[in-house]
Amino acid sequence: MDLFQQLFTDYTLRTVALGAATLGAVSGALGTYAVLRRQSLLGDAISHAALPGIALAFLLTGSKLPLVLMLGAALAGWLATLLVMAVTNMTRVKYDSALGLMLSVFFGFGLVLLTFIQKLPNANQAGLDTFLFGQAAALVQRDVVTMAGLGGVALLAMGCFWKEFKLLSFDAEFGKSLGFPIRWLDVGLTTLLVIAIVIGLQTVGVVLMSAMIIAPPAAARQWTDRLGLMVILSMVFGALAGVSGALLSAGTTNLPTGPTIVLCVSIVVIGSMLLAPNRGLIWRWLRDRRSGRRLRLEAVLLDLYALAAQHDHRDHPHAEAVLDAMNPHMGPTRRKLQALAERGFIRPVEPAQWALTPGGIAEAERLLRSRDGGEGEREKGREGEDR
Amino acid sequence: METAIEVSDLTVAYRDHPVLWDIDLDVPSGVLMAIVGPNGAGKTTLIKAILGLVKTAAGQVLIFDKPYEKQRHRVGYVPQRGSVDWDFPTSVLDVVMMGLYGKIGWLRRPGRRERAQALDALKKVGMDAFANRQISQLSGGQQQRVFLARALVQDADVYFMDEPFQGVDATTERAIIALLRELRGRGKTVLVVHHDLQTVPEYFDEVMLLNVRRIASGPVADVFTDDNLRLTYGGRVAFLKAQQSKDDVPLAKVG
Repeated sequence: MDLFQQLFTDYTLRTVALGAATLGAVSGALGTYAVLRRQSLLGDAISHAALPGIALAFLLTGSKLPLVLMLGAALAGWLATLLVMAVTNMTRVKYDSALGLMLSVFFGFGLVLLTFIQKLPNANQAGLDTFLFGQAAALVQRDVVTMAGLGGVALLAMGCFWKEFKLLSFDAEFGKSLGFPIRWLDVGLTTLLVIAIVIGLQTVGVVLMSAMIIAPPAAARQWTDRLGLMVILSMVFGALAGVSGALLSAGTTNLPTGPTIVLCVSIVVIGSMLLAPNRGLIWRWLRDRRSGRRLRLEAVLLDLYALAAQHDHRDHPHAEAVLDAMNPHMGPTRRKLQALAERGFIRPVEPAQWALTPGGIAEAERLLRSRDGGEGEREKGREGEDR
Repeated sequence: METAIEVSDLTVAYRDHPVLWDIDLDVPSGVLMAIVGPNGAGKTTLIKAILGLVKTAAGQVLIFDKPYEKQRHRVGYVPQRGSVDWDFPTSVLDVVMMGLYGKIGWLRRPGRRERAQALDALKKVGMDAFANRQISQLSGGQQQRVFLARALVQDADVYFMDEPFQGVDATTERAIIALLRELRGRGKTVLVVHHDLQTVPEYFDEVMLLNVRRIASGPVADVFTDDNLRLTYGGRVAFLKAQQSKDDVPLAKVG
């Protein structure tokens, strides 16, 4: 709570929180498209590739202005993306290998440059190595203004071309047939992703920045089936994780910011994977258990129906032991029989003998009918999936 | 009769391997035409080449006597169902409205009128009850009908459909056939990549037999002959047409 109060009074903490919220929201928003277009790893390649760009920008200008360093980072990230495309198109190297190649080549080159810079007899060089794992505490107002400006432009562009980017992500070829300049839209959206990445590099670091691109949308996808809501949730998750991680690392300890933010965003992801309705694991487990129990009850009822069908009277009683034998994998059927009796589908005749009631007969016949129809339909659906 | 689609000398190659070789094709206006041929014959590539979605090595395409680029607004497209991610977070109505994006123009969002048009198209394919469903909940046949509705809102004069009958249930197959006939009734031209040789005479007016080259094209009665099919498929045609053909004496000798 103390930290929370300081947020409004302490200038440094406020700056840090604002910066982290900005980068979390922007990367969450643009990351949504990256995740939906299966380009999560492109984000990783871009962020790693940005390191030599930052180093070269410093070497060439001698400046540590955020805009200068971000420009260097963006150009290097862009170059890496272009090279990935070129390698994929012109050689037999596949997309994932090309990504891995560019990531490691650029990152390695960046590390060499960084070491070289640190050996320079120049006091100004200090601090560039924080770009590796990020340092939120070093954020000053100038940085945050730059981040907010660039991020704002990126979000605005995303809003303006909302339907075009949606079309690009869902069905690019159809979009092309409508006459949209799909290649330019692709270039535009990738540029926005590059912007989202470079504004976070100083705070989160090149090594872990891709987590801010991938994790918030992955968590948001668990909660919603609508693109608009997914973007908003992803922005909220990104900002939350960014702010809490940055404050934890800047406020109390000297933890590196990137890893702390990643830990925070992981909590959001794990929580979403477990708890979200429909897609969440706990929800699914409960649903499966419920439907499993229902199916087992139905199986016992249908067994009884099948047994009775061999007699003149449909309410001919049968022994529990027979039903046990018919369902060896299910364990004793007594509890299921009792549950069926509670529902009025069967009635006990003598100890361990059960007979169908008229309601039970009707229910069994209804089940048989619906299964015929339902399964036929489902089969066809599945055929379609195969192609 | 007016010519709806005129393709001349169309050639597509991947590296130095020809996929389509010197294709000429005239499709008269107001007909349903099937494109048939074995796997790898270039059926999908032909449609994509006409629509400018793959790079062509040579050739030109005219739609109603003008280059395709100028006639885009008169062309509708139904891609293969499997070409998109059906787990994308969007609703059925949203997907259908995408057919209108070209007409809406930049910087504008679909509004009430677009929603009404999309709902109307969904009604025509019997999917209006699904308008607000998430698309991942659809069966294969329902996905196909959503794609058809998306093409319907394009209100085109010429339609290209890539395997709309692939793996769909009987309900959807009937719905598609009814739709194709309705389109023809309104004077539209539809080109359909088709797999099932047996239904060609029943469903279509014209047919194009394709295997990298154009083997034949024209009215089904003239072109859909055993000789042409043999040229297109090689000996395998004996299996394909066996049930349908009543005088199967000559076919029995094939292969």
